[in-house]
Formats: sequence, structure tokens, C-alpha cells
Amino acid sequence: MAEIVLDKVTKRYPDGALAVSDVDIEIADGEFVILVGPSGCGKSTTLNMIAGLEDISDGELRIDGKRVNEKAPKDRDIAMVFQSYALYPHMSVRENMAFPLRLAKMDDATVQRKVDDAARILDLTQHLDRKPANLSGGQRQRVAMGRAIVRSPKAFLMDEPLSNLDAKLRVQMRTSVSKLQKQLGTTTVYVTHDQTEAMTLGDRVVVMRGGLVQQIGSPQFLYEQPANLFVAGFIGSPSMNFLPATLENGGLATPLGSFPLSDRVRMLVESANAPREVIMGIRPENFEDAHVLDPSAQSGGGTFTATVDVLESMGSDKFAYFTIEGETATSAELDELAADAGANELTASGPQIVTRLSAASLAKPGEDLDVWFDADKIQLFDPADGRNLTYAG
Amino acid sequence: MAAIGSAAPAGAKARWGLVDIAVVIYALVPVLWIVSLSFKTKETLTDGNFIPRSWTWQNYVDIFNTNEFIRALVNSIGIALIATVIAVVLGTMAAYAIARLDFPGKQVLVGVSLLIAMFPQVSLVSPLFEMERGLGLFDTWPGLILPYITFALPLAIYTLSAFFREIPWELEKAAKMDGATPAQAFRRVIAPLAAPGVFTTAILVFIFCWNDFLFAISLTSTESSRTVPAALSFFTGSSQFEDPTGTVCAAAVVITIPIILFVLFFQRRIVAGLTSGAVKG
Repeated sequence: MAEIVLDKVTKRYPDGALAVSDVDIEIADGEFVILVGPSGCGKSTTLNMIAGLEDISDGELRIDGKRVNEKAPKDRDIAMVFQSYALYPHMSVRENMAFPLRLAKMDDATVQRKVDDAARILDLTQHLDRKPANLSGGQRQRVAMGRAIVRSPKAFLMDEPLSNLDAKLRVQMRTSVSKLQKQLGTTTVYVTHDQTEAMTLGDRVVVMRGGLVQQIGSPQFLYEQPANLFVAGFIGSPSMNFLPATLENGGLATPLGSFPLSDRVRMLVESANAPREVIMGIRPENFEDAHVLDPSAQSGGGTFTATVDVLESMGSDKFAYFTIEGETATSAELDELAADAGANELTASGPQIVTRLSAASLAKPGEDLDVWFDADKIQLFDPADGRNLTYAG
Repeated sequence: MAAIGSAAPAGAKARWGLVDIAVVIYALVPVLWIVSLSFKTKETLTDGNFIPRSWTWQNYVDIFNTNEFIRALVNSIGIALIATVIAVVLGTMAAYAIARLDFPGKQVLVGVSLLIAMFPQVSLVSPLFEMERGLGLFDTWPGLILPYITFALPLAIYTLSAFFREIPWELEKAAKMDGATPAQAFRRVIAPLAAPGVFTTAILVFIFCWNDFLFAISLTSTESSRTVPAALSFFTGSSQFEDPTGTVCAAAVVITIPIILFVLFFQRRIVAGLTSGAVKG
């Protein structure tokens, strides 16, 4: 158990490429921190630097207040779970889990007891004498976890440990990882590119992009107060809708129509010294079918009419997709997010928006629908640098 | 349709079987012929029968009665084993470095070892002869072991680096995280997984050294270091005019046996897919 502090940690490769730059993170004892970002954002490199598998070019890494930059991985007393599990194929499950203890020269009785304890926690007792090749993906993953917890290290590092599992197992394992971490209370740094894992697992989430930390905060805080366009677009599923908008006369002109700003938004925008042209972001759940709502509840919002392209009924609510006439919001951040999501350019006729409507909505695909949105819940971003103009945090 | 469908694969199988048998016979006839000659008596040696009319162990008894052959056998085993061990140990280290590390001159190292492998050995015989005489290595064990290592190393490096590349990088990282020093990680994780590759390489290198005739005949002059392939060419009968065919054939059979044993013994170790289960897939 330990606190881990990254103080302006930088990774520069010999060819000059900057993989990670000036990362400042303070991870408290027992905290579960998630590093999340698209591929190539430097999250795995950061984890490898904490592990000691990659050198730190600049800055300082402290574990329990002691500088460990120069220490070999084995002297840092931290355990790591790899994406590929990296089980030793020539050893049985028992030997795999005992390996760190044997290296630490523990006596046989202690090794036996610790391995049995870990196996019981992870429900591996009946598999102890099998070889990794004869285990299922989920079992291998648990063996990898077992090898990490068996020696009670100061911290766990996990590099996308669930991404090789199928969807259902991943959700199950996500819950067990979370439970296990709470049970053991060990400081954990977890790398993932899946924002759902990040939101559900972490005490705090670190969003990274291009080697830079974009924002650090609790999942709920990142969701409600993204620091910039990138975080706003990355966190949340389905993701936030972005539309180009113009600030004029205390109101906002958007492809969804013009409407006045709420007092809260106006004050934030004024203090942020906003440009005239902005990008408006609005979450799918801030839309509602106008027919479902009371007319009284519709004040402080705008209404527009559009044709439902696709309707996905989830039972508890309905996702309706619309194509709006007008310009599409553009910025470097949005392009990068689209590239990461693998979004195609097939529907270039206008901006697409996703709305989450109540299950009572009578929306039908191909028919027009009146949609209300909450003008107080919008977020405005500067298209030039992506900063959130409505950031209150 | 069903009849044709089942008949066609059977026919194809039979054809492949015939081709296989033809290839095996083509490859084995000369070997069997030598075996057959080694069991023939001196009188029936040239009778042209494939199966000897009168069997005898006399040729085998003769070769083991001459000091010439026993001494050559000892030389062969000693020289081939020492050269194999050194080449495999050096090759393992070099191959590991090539597969895992980035160091200046890596491409040069790979290029040079390829160059050595392709170099015509015949062109080196005369210079080596002169050099070894000058250095006092001529007609000694080291005089053969050194050139064998030189030419076996590229083979060892190439085979082994292919094996090392197959072992996932992450296993080593995992071992480091589990508290292993680089040496422990190599010994307890990498080496056991590379064992099939090491054994395969050892067999190839051993066969190369065992079979060599060119260096053995040129760099030796007495039986103090002459290996079996070279010694065979010096075999004579009991008198100078007697034909030594029978004893040469018996000796050829005897020196083939270690190779067959070697391959059969290590075949169990050469199991594909030893690394399965280490990582996903």
C-alpha cells in the first residue's frame, strides 16, 4: 500500500518523439485511478514508467515519498497485470502464482498458504494444477490477477486487463476487479481505452491525449464538467452531440434554432471571454420528446422538429438519431475523436445527433418528431483551442 | 455423387502414398546398399545382390579391432560435442541479443553472420592450413573445433533468434515485475521456453560438425585428431592391395547411428506449441 506521485514525468524517445509530457498525478493510498484515452495517447507508456519497464526521461516518480526513477522493477514492489496475461506456459497455475514468492525466497509453507488464499479469493482452487494452455480466457485472466495479489504488493498496475475477454465476461470481471480492489484496499492504476470501464471502475479518472493529461477527476465530475472538447467527446456513451453555434444578443443561434442562454450559462460564458463562433455540446439525455413533457416543464429550453433516422428501443428508454440541416462542427479534437471511434464520413449531409428519449415517446423511424432540449444543460466550447467556456469547476 | 465424393479422396490418398513410397525408396536405397555391403563377406562383395547371400559381422569386428577407427570415433565425438556446446552457448546469447535488444551494429552482426554462412568453405582451406601450421593448431582438436564453431555459429544464431522472437516479450516483463533479475528471468522463464529451439539447433550443429569432411581431411595429418569421415578415406585392408569396401561400409553405418539416436532422443523435446497458453490465442 502506497501513494504514488508522478511529478512532471516525461517520456522522450531517442528519436525525439515525445510520448508523455509533464504528467502530474497524485495517487492516494488505496485509490483506484484509471488512465484512459485513445490509442497512442501515452497511457500505457505512463504505466510502464510507473512499473519501471520504461525509463523516465524527465521528472520524478515517487512511491511512498521516495524517488524510484532509478530503481529496477523488482525493487519497486509493485505488481502488474498484462493485457495478454503473460502467464508462464511451462508452469502450472500454482507455480505461476507462486513464482513471485519463490523469487522472494519465501519458505514452502508460506508460499503454499499464500497461493491457496489467493486461489480461494479468485475461485481458482480446483484449477491450481492445470497449465495455462488448458484454461479459458476468464480463468487465465484470474490467474494473472492471482499472480499480482499473491505477494501483497504496494500497488497494482493493470494494462487493459479485460480487453481480451468477450463482452459478457468483461462486465462480470469488471465487477470482480472492483470488488477485489475494495477488499484488498491496494493502490491501483488501471489503463484502458474503454470509457465505460473508466467510468464504472475508477475513484478518479485521468483522461490523456497525445501524451498530455487533459483532465483528472471523479467520473461524475468529468461527465458533468469536462475541461475541454476532447474530454466532453470521449467520456459518455453515446457521446455528446456537438453543433456549431453563434453567440448573439444574449442568445445562441444553432442548427436546432435560436434560443436565449440561461442565466447560469450566460454568466460563465461572459467570464470566459468567449469568441462569437462556438461549438455547442449537449448530452443525449438532455433531449426529450416534446409530447411527453408538460408544456410547463418546457420553459428554459428549445424545441425543434426533425425526422427520426433510426430508433433504438432499449426498453427503459429510446435512442433516436436525427440528421440536422446545417453545418457540422469541426475542430482538431473532434476529428481525432471521430478517427478513434472509427466514424465514417458516409453521412456528410449534416450533423448527426443522438437523443435519449423516454420509453413513453411515440417516435417512429422516418416520421417527424418534435424534440425539446434543456438549454441550461448545454456546454459551449471554443473551436480554436477546445476549452470549455462553461466550465465551472 | 456420394460414391464419387468418397472415391476421389481415396484415389488421391493412394496416389500420394505411391509418391511418398517412391521418394522414401529413392532416398533409402543407397543407405540400405551400404548396410548390405557392410554385412557381406569379402568373397560375395561384388556379386551384385542387394540382399547378402552370406551374412557376416566380420567387417564390424575388424573396424573395432583397429585402433585407427576407435581413435577416430573418439575424435569425432569429442570434437563435435565440444564445438556444438560452444556454438550453441554463444549462439544462444547472440540470438537473444539480436531478438530482444537494440544495440548499435546489430544489422552489421546479422549481415556478417549471413556472409560467413554463405562463404565457400573450400576457398578457406589453404589459408587455414597455413595459419594453423603457423599457430601450432594443425592436427589438434582445437584446430578443428575453431573452424567448426565459426561455420556453425551463423546457423545457430539464425535458428535460435527465430525461436526467441516467438517468445512473447511480455513474459519477460512479467518476470521482471514479479521480482526477477534479468538473469533469473532468462534462466527461469526464457530458457525453458527456448529449450526446443536450443535442442533443434544443437542437433543441426552437431550433424554439421559430425559430417564435415573438408576441414577434417585438410587440417589433420595423424590419428591424433582425425575424425571418422577423414579416417574412412585412409582405411586399408589387411594388405595394401586388399579392397577395404566392406570395412568402410561398416564404419559408415556405425557413424550414422549416433546421428539417428541423437535425432530420436531429442525429437520429444522438439514439440511445437510449447508457448501456447502464455498469451491470448
